Amino acid sequence: MTLPPVVPKMLKPIPVPVAELAGQLAFARVIDRHPALLDRLGDFGGKTYCFAPIDLPFEFAVTPRLARVRAAHRGGILRYDAKISGPVVLLLALAEGRLDGDAEFFGRQISIDGDMEAVLALRNAVENDAVDFVRDFAPARGPLQGPVQTVLDRLRTHLLAREERRWN
Amino acid sequence: MTALGRAAPTLTLGPVLFLWEPATWRDFYYRIADEADVDTVVVGEVVCSKRSHFHDALTGKVVDRLAASGKQVRLASLALVTLERELQVSHRLARQSLEVEVSELSAHAAMAGKPHAVSPLVNVYNAATARVLATRGATSICLPPELPASSIRAIVEGAPDIRFEVFSFGRVPLAISARCAHARVKGNTKDNCKFICGEDPDGLAVDTLDGQHFLALNGVQTMSSTVQCLITDVPELMSAGVSSLRLSPQVCDMARVAETFREVVGGRMDPNESLLRLRDIHPGAEFSNGFLHGLPGHLLKMPELPLGA
Amino acid sequence: MELICPAGTPAAFRDAIEAGADAIYCGFRNETNARNFPGLNFSPNELAEAIGLANIRGVKTLVAINTFMRAGAEEIWIKAVDDAVRAGAHAIILADLGLLAYAAEKHPAQRLHLSVQAAACNAEYIDFLVAAFGIKRAVLPRVLTIAEVAAITRKVRCETEVFVFGGLCVMEEGRCSLSSYATSKSPNMHGVCSPASHVRYREAGGDMVSELGAFTINRFPEGEPAGYPTLCKGRFVVDGADGYIFEDPVSLDILSHIDELRDAGVAALKIEGRQRGRAYVSQVVSEIRKAMEQTGRVEPEAGSQRLRRLSEGQRTTTGSYDKRWR
Repeated sequence: MTLPPVVPKMLKPIPVPVAELAGQLAFARVIDRHPALLDRLGDFGGKTYCFAPIDLPFEFAVTPRLARVRAAHRGGILRYDAKISGPVVLLLALAEGRLDGDAEFFGRQISIDGDMEAVLALRNAVENDAVDFVRDFAPARGPLQGPVQTVLDRLRTHLLAREERRWN
Repeated sequence: MTALGRAAPTLTLGPVLFLWEPATWRDFYYRIADEADVDTVVVGEVVCSKRSHFHDALTGKVVDRLAASGKQVRLASLALVTLERELQVSHRLARQSLEVEVSELSAHAAMAGKPHAVSPLVNVYNAATARVLATRGATSICLPPELPASSIRAIVEGAPDIRFEVFSFGRVPLAISARCAHARVKGNTKDNCKFICGEDPDGLAVDTLDGQHFLALNGVQTMSSTVQCLITDVPELMSAGVSSLRLSPQVCDMARVAETFREVVGGRMDPNESLLRLRDIHPGAEFSNGFLHGLPGHLLKMPELPLGA
Repeated sequence: MELICPAGTPAAFRDAIEAGADAIYCGFRNETNARNFPGLNFSPNELAEAIGLANIRGVKTLVAINTFMRAGAEEIWIKAVDDAVRAGAHAIILADLGLLAYAAEKHPAQRLHLSVQAAACNAEYIDFLVAAFGIKRAVLPRVLTIAEVAAITRKVRCETEVFVFGGLCVMEEGRCSLSSYATSKSPNMHGVCSPASHVRYREAGGDMVSELGAFTINRFPEGEPAGYPTLCKGRFVVDGADGYIFEDPVSLDILSHIDELRDAGVAALKIEGRQRGRAYVSQVVSEIRKAMEQTGRVEPEAGSQRLRRLSEGQRTTTGSYDKRWR
């Protein structure tokens, strides 16, 4: 389920500010396309969520209401209300409602630290508002748009298919 | 009459929720009849219909002795009614002349409007529900133990014609199941349980993996590990207009427990001092009153001491 | 037999329609329903929209208002009933006697169902409410065997509905204060059990420890599937030995008994899980739909295998429906 080790190696030289900028742009895009998310989050929109993909060199701290995204090298984000760790593909698929959060968590694929209620609120809110990270998160234009979108899309299809096989 | 202009709450001894040896059970009630200063005594098996036969033969004698001592006697119905013979128990109760305390709504229906009491195991969370029951014969209701004081106050205000009772002493009945966890942990099935719950007259302790006391098994019923004790809250209950305090039998001197509550209700003993007295009477118990204060039920909130105390 | 599906969000509601639900149950975004979880449930507007969509597709919408009115704040529950009626709910699912009385009196034409939270597990209890409030259907608690379900269904003067898949209450529903004992929040009063706000996971010596309020509920060695710390599915110590005292972390699955339930005259089968994601709703609904349409007594084994992965602890039980469970 985790990305091949070559991926984090390839991404490692990217400076943190660049990762952070990418995160901010992507977040702004999601909120732009899914304005109801904040409403459904209610008070939990003010919480800071740390997303820590265990197979990427970066992690991100997102405070939805403030539209604030911070990036750091893995293990570098210290201030958060809730932290969600797991393979990046699972984290994304989960947020897209393609996998069942409870099942993944019961299977120990994803681990949660901190404010469980905030995580639950985020999960439920994102689930309702069919986010598509390949479409929403990929850069809107520029030289990275094509490759990133293609790579992510293929990866998602490939990895989720693998997941599907495991169920059957 | 108290300073508030209301009659002081009466004391009700709830039914024995545990399975006690028949002789122990009988002697317990004889002693209550002879020595305990309580107004009402509820008798009868509530938790598990399989246990009923242990005490059926003794119930008549116990009731007579209690009545002879001037106590109002109530007979309790079963909490979980799924079988035909369990339904018949309610019908038999409805036909006899003693007051009945219904623990479930089929028994309330069986009373067909005849005056009766309602047990804390019936879900009465608001005055509207109390009024529904009252139009069909309920005259006194012991409220669910998990209710906070704010709810108790609002219910009493909203249904002034009903006498309300509050679960004031004893392990709290928290849940009931079709499955018998008690038999299960002892390696028996429910259908062949060998009445293993009788080995634990005060419940079987359930601790957490970190050794915290948590719950107690009593057959199909799950109880609190703590003993709910609202003695320091008696002034608040009285000001809320509560008519009666329920004392649920535990393995300790219940006559002295009743005496202590009576002194506090009568304003003859300071509540804080009374708590010390109860600790002495029931030395193994951890007391709690969290539910009443809207806190986790297992906690104990002590009243603030006056300055200089 | 109708298939009743859960929807925690408008998106899950749409998925349930697509997956083949006959009826969908949902609740408002507050403590008036027993799945009062953050980020979940419907505003009155969302409900009205969902009902509109369901009506077009011939799907019924059932609105659960199945907690108990908090004394002094009854207007929240009263408003929920009024809102559900106004939105055009096919039925309202209630547990509180006072609220049933209100709904029956104020909205006499509205179809009322009795929630599982009312813990009505015998025919006389149910018939009492048929007589008093005209309830049209009772959802039976998960304390009964299939034979008992059949006996009640034959006897009562309304329809019955039973749970066939999903989370399993070990205790009789609506009569459990374990959650408020540990956290102050209860299913009856707040619509939550073992609420996430009081859940904590911590690492201890390589194990993952789950806590609810002040209490340790379980401890999972590396590699063992972890569970949400639902009180009655925790691991505890009795007489020096530890184990799942009340129930293992399992889900209910009685798909292999669908024919018996049909023969018993049960009107509807219900899937638990308004708090679960859309993936769960889609898969569970379509698998069960398939199982229901199978003629003859085919064991829907393959389907159950797939569903097992969506289950707590990834294992299932037939629960109280099989007498041996007790």
